Amino acid sequence: MMKLLEVAEALSCEVFSDEQQLQYKVEFGCASDLMSDVLAFSQAGALLLTGLVTNQTIQTAYIAEIKAIVFVRGKKPDKKVIDLAKEKKIPLLGTQYSMYEACGILYQKGLVPTMSNVPHKAMNE
Amino acid sequence: MNKAFSQSFKIHGSDMYNAGKASTEIKTILKQLGINSTTIRRVAIAAYEAEMNVVMYAKQAIMIFEITPEQIHITVDDEGPGIPDVHLAMQEGFSTATPEMREMGFGAGMGLPNIKKNSDSMKVESIVGKGTKLEIKININ
Repeated sequence: MMKLLEVAEALSCEVFSDEQQLQYKVEFGCASDLMSDVLAFSQAGALLLTGLVTNQTIQTAYIAEIKAIVFVRGKKPDKKVIDLAKEKKIPLLGTQYSMYEACGILYQKGLVPTMSNVPHKAMNE
Repeated sequence: MNKAFSQSFKIHGSDMYNAGKASTEIKTILKQLGINSTTIRRVAIAAYEAEMNVVMYAKQAIMIFEITPEQIHITVDDEGPGIPDVHLAMQEGFSTATPEMREMGFGAGMGLPNIKKNSDSMKVESIVGKGTKLEIKININ
């Protein structure tokens, strides 16, 4: 479990949403540019890291109960995407880190995965 | 069976801007009705996958959402190319998506298998050149 504020600090994030939403907590982390996979493998309450900056990212997050989104590789959402996220109450952050680096940093901080088909314990062995 | 509530939505093919609106509306209705969150997530995911399939492949469709005290039914009846081999389309990873669909983050061949995973019963009937009818039932726990 991590506060979004901690996520934002760890990844030196730009915040595209209301700063108050940084008090939200995320339980898991998942990362994909494929929304099909987010729908298939994520869990409610997760933080999504993605390089896909479209309306569909927000719709998918709302449907799959994703708590917040971090756009990686310096991708920036346009106003339409930010407005849709505001309507759906999904905080948006952006980082310059690559997907690989951003995941590594958050994993090190203890944010557990959700999209794994391998039991979490086995990944540490 | 007592019909408690029913609503229909029109879905337009290729309309990426509005894609997902019907499913998000269904999700909002279920939240207002106080349905448990696990069931809501299953219904929303199944409906959204079905809606995206229409937007990506079909010309148009009618999505009918019905809720009874025991079950949620979603029927999507589309006018489109149809599915030549439903059994093949049900396999994870099988996809006929175009590069444009993949750029939107879809078309990974997970749609129909994921609808099946999130529903208690699923029926697909398709006629090539005419369209596909999808019926999903999800029990309310």
